[in-house]
Amino acid sequence: MYLLALDWWLILEKCLLVAVVVALSFFIAMYTTYAERKVAAWLQDRRGPNRAGPFGIFQPLADGGKLFFKEEIIPLASSRFLFILGPSMAMLTALLTSAVIPWSTPMHLFGRNISMQIADINIGILYVFGVVSLGVYGILVGGWASNNKFSLLAAIRGASQMISYELAMGLALIAVLMMTGSLQMSVIVQNQVQHGWHIIYQPLGFVIFFVCALAECNRTPFDMAECENELNFGYHQEYSSMKLGFYLFAEYINMFISSAVMVTLFFGAYDIPFVNEASWGLNANWLAIIGFIVFLAKTFFFLFVFIWIRWTIPRFRYDQLMNLGWKKLIPLALANMIVTAVVMLLLKK
Amino acid sequence: MLTQRAKQVDRRPMTGLESIYLWNILKGMMITLSHLFKKKATIQYPEQKRTFSKVFRGLQVLNRDAEGRENCTACGLCAVACPAEAITMEAAERLSGEEHLYREEKYAVKYEINMLRCIFCGFCEDACPKDAIYLSQTFAPANYGRKGFIYKKEDLLIPHPIEQPEAYKKALGEKVVKADG
Ligand code: SF4
Ligand code: SF4
Repeated sequence: MYLLALDWWLILEKCLLVAVVVALSFFIAMYTTYAERKVAAWLQDRRGPNRAGPFGIFQPLADGGKLFFKEEIIPLASSRFLFILGPSMAMLTALLTSAVIPWSTPMHLFGRNISMQIADINIGILYVFGVVSLGVYGILVGGWASNNKFSLLAAIRGASQMISYELAMGLALIAVLMMTGSLQMSVIVQNQVQHGWHIIYQPLGFVIFFVCALAECNRTPFDMAECENELNFGYHQEYSSMKLGFYLFAEYINMFISSAVMVTLFFGAYDIPFVNEASWGLNANWLAIIGFIVFLAKTFFFLFVFIWIRWTIPRFRYDQLMNLGWKKLIPLALANMIVTAVVMLLLKK
Repeated sequence: MLTQRAKQVDRRPMTGLESIYLWNILKGMMITLSHLFKKKATIQYPEQKRTFSKVFRGLQVLNRDAEGRENCTACGLCAVACPAEAITMEAAERLSGEEHLYREEKYAVKYEINMLRCIFCGFCEDACPKDAIYLSQTFAPANYGRKGFIYKKEDLLIPHPIEQPEAYKKALGEKVVKADG
């Protein structure tokens, strides 16, 4: 089926993959909200939601339903177009990042090799960074369009926090990039499959990356943009109904995607440690499915850590946050980068 | 120091390692992790109920004597004693032929307690000279409106000891009530 010199099957295949990934992100984000409430409860010696369905597994549906039926209020003084654009952008940028994540090894179906990655572009990491930086607009636009002092303050805080931590995040990643010599996600993963996970070589880099990921997702202890006690809810204060839901939901999708990015960059993506899956003699499809499950398992672990951190530590003060970002993490990341470079030089010589 | 438990706060400036917070955060996370495996404190309310002590002060009950006559004589002492001013009543004279309903010559036709005001202090029970009111071991169930929290005499009266002996026993609970006031 070659029309206009285009491989239409490829487009169909990619469209399907996009649909699946988006649906999956939504589904997982939905159940992350449930996990959040459950884990929070367990950490506080409670039981958590257990009334909606067995073990409360329909709780996310009930929550979603509630948000849909809430009265929708758009403040008169707000800028209507931007007010709606804000949550839409938050959601969009949250979902966009998933395009470069290698979910698993290629499948072999209908005589075609189907890659389990939506787009294996050669600037994969740059793409992630680009989209993540766009994520700040969701907060900024929403906070500004609300025409509320608190929202605006929170939005400014959120923006400056994200920009500060993106620096350290990028610097931490450069060490990884030096080791692989490529920005392409699939190459980074292959490098780990062959030489061991990057976490072994870059533990400090990972810690810095993780802390910055927390900040980028606006998760506690870095949820400066929505601190209830001083900015009473921050940038989404004026939002109600499903627009608020979009903001909250985007945060969970962000968590999921950034866990996936961390797994890809530092924990070997779909690679199972200590074994050589290729020698099992399974066909490619089974391997792909197993790889995918392994990938998800690793991602879920990080989701759990995100939640665990949230229910352990309180929010940083704003000056502490900035000090940590600029005076601690960036020098550490720079040192990490230089040490990596020196070691690599010495080993090569 | 006001109490023995007061602890001196360490106010030394943070060391370099402390200022990255990581180590202390890890320690904190281990503490919360240990709570994952602890016994849950939750009491699953409608199915499980907390057991109250014998001296628990819950919902008021208007008492009857052994023949099933109302004890209350509408003296108003409980309403005077009530610090929350939760009790309202109206008195009436007992007519002839009503001796099997009311023990005293004067009785309360209307007796209301507003459960939203009541603080369950038990002063009404202490004030009553006729042993007509006491606090039981249940509490007022949830309600959708404020009206539902104003308990009328019918809601408060204990079941008839002769006509509904089982319900009477249940309502009496473990409270030791003297047979005569
Ligand atoms: S328990 Fe206390 S507050 Fe409640 S009705 Fe009796 S005296 Fe008033
Ligand atoms: S309940 Fe007791 S104190 Fe209150 S009016 Fe009746 S007899 Fe008097």
